Amino acid sequence: MKILVCVSNVPDTTTKITFTDNNTQFNTNGVQFILNPYDEIALARAIELTDGGKGTVTVINVGDATTDATIRKALAIGATDAVRVNAKPHDAWYVAYQIAQYVKANHFDLILTGRESIDYNGSKVAGMLGELLDLPSVSIIKKLDAGDSDATVEREIEGGKEVLTIPYPFVAGAAEGVAEPKIPNMRGIMAARTKPLTVVEPVEVKTFSEIVSYETPAPRGQVKLVAAAETAKLVELLHNEARVI
Amino acid sequence: MSVLIYAENAGGTFKKSVFEAVSYARAIADQNNTTLTAVSIGNVDAAELATLGKYGANKVLNVSGNKLKDFVNQAYASVIAEAAKSEGSAIVVLSNTFSGRGLAPRIGVKLEAGVADGVVALPVQDGGSFKVKKTAFSGKAFATVELTSAIKVLSLVPNSYKVVETDGTAEVVDFKAEAKDSDFKAMIKDIVRASDKVSLPDAEIVVSGGRGMKGPENWGLIEELASLLGAATACSKPVSDAGWRPHSEHVGQTGIAVSPNLYIAVGISGAIQHLAGVSSSKVIVVINKDPEAPFFKVADYGIVGDAFEVLPQLIAAVKQYKASA
Repeated sequence: MKILVCVSNVPDTTTKITFTDNNTQFNTNGVQFILNPYDEIALARAIELTDGGKGTVTVINVGDATTDATIRKALAIGATDAVRVNAKPHDAWYVAYQIAQYVKANHFDLILTGRESIDYNGSKVAGMLGELLDLPSVSIIKKLDAGDSDATVEREIEGGKEVLTIPYPFVAGAAEGVAEPKIPNMRGIMAARTKPLTVVEPVEVKTFSEIVSYETPAPRGQVKLVAAAETAKLVELLHNEARVI
Repeated sequence: MSVLIYAENAGGTFKKSVFEAVSYARAIADQNNTTLTAVSIGNVDAAELATLGKYGANKVLNVSGNKLKDFVNQAYASVIAEAAKSEGSAIVVLSNTFSGRGLAPRIGVKLEAGVADGVVALPVQDGGSFKVKKTAFSGKAFATVELTSAIKVLSLVPNSYKVVETDGTAEVVDFKAEAKDSDFKAMIKDIVRASDKVSLPDAEIVVSGGRGMKGPENWGLIEELASLLGAATACSKPVSDAGWRPHSEHVGQTGIAVSPNLYIAVGISGAIQHLAGVSSSKVIVVINKDPEAPFFKVADYGIVGDAFEVLPQLIAAVKQYKASA
């Protein structure tokens, strides 16, 4: 089985988010970038499914050379090889379009993404890839069991779950539950240095969206503390003051 | 150039998040002095379809039949795109639900439309530009996105726009849409709905527990309080990692982002990753025995105390309030 895992390079989850240039640019100063946590889950499942020589796992990233460290981490975790589309990602459409061009030229049985990136939270690339490649897509899956000609996936729905079977090839966005992220070991880190990382140039594509400004949520006021023995007071405040119950 | 709203049903009925999205789409239609058409797919009865008129839909396109009775992402996207083309819609609105998040990008590609997902406010349209605010960095910030395509697709975060009732009515018409056989490759084998549980992503109240609950055997207190308040239950990442609660309840930066009217956090210290997923909550209540817990810095109300002493008292107080209400 040939699996493609699409990975993003995102700010570390502990990052305090700030902006520059009159709130038009994300401030990357001092920010550590990591492999998107949901993509790590997708990668972990891909490695499990191909374990023992049952296939290959290629990771693909749309990014400039600064994302190579993240790609090498994916290789250290166990990916077979990697591809980087040499461009700053503009939006999900741009990223999906670049990846779709690569998939059209290189067949894969299964294409995995994370359910969303933790920076722009889009969960769009899986669906866009599915549409661009005319393949089924499931944007958020909680479980993935691979059979010979199709896979069984569980999809979260509001207040429950849905079980689907999907023939290969298809696209799926992995969420928690699909696999436990894997930590690279020393052997993996050493091996990653020599695994192939192919750099391809992007194709030209129109884009339809642009972030023009950012803002952070308005700060909340001082917490109003209620004594532990006065829970009735809290209920009264939630009813009369906050009006939420 | 009408506005189109996809009205997602759950087992034949519309949830509040749909009425929010219809109200939101109505406001956009008013901004553009145009009409609002809703499209419903699946087997929804006529009376239920007509309710969409109450929130501002002028027309409801009803797509029914056995083939489309259950949600199939690829096929539903085809139908909605067909409906948008048929209505000449310039703006397509969906709810940012699990299904909506799968549909929006496919519809975007079909219509060559820019997609803004996770939107939390009405768009600002000025001199041909179209800008809309969406969540970013898992709730740590907002981004304003400008969409430059002729057609725009927006998906609205549940609880971020109020339901607005009108005295309008909607004309319900059957709509025949083409979905290719190849759109049905994904086959649904089973749907499991926990009918007694409130769905977390669109819950108006969420009661959430952390490591301070000490173990899964103590979750009865969280569940009882949630049940009394008609709330969904949730948990922090360490709790789901430990297997005390399912991953589907994990709220935070790498879990589900929620924006309820009331978020009650019990025994959760408030790591930055957890706060990211709940910061859009309108009111936050924190119960924690550590007065230095960072969660108190972003809470509206707080109780410093042991969860096992506070929760039973709070449950009793809510019961008393319910009895007197």
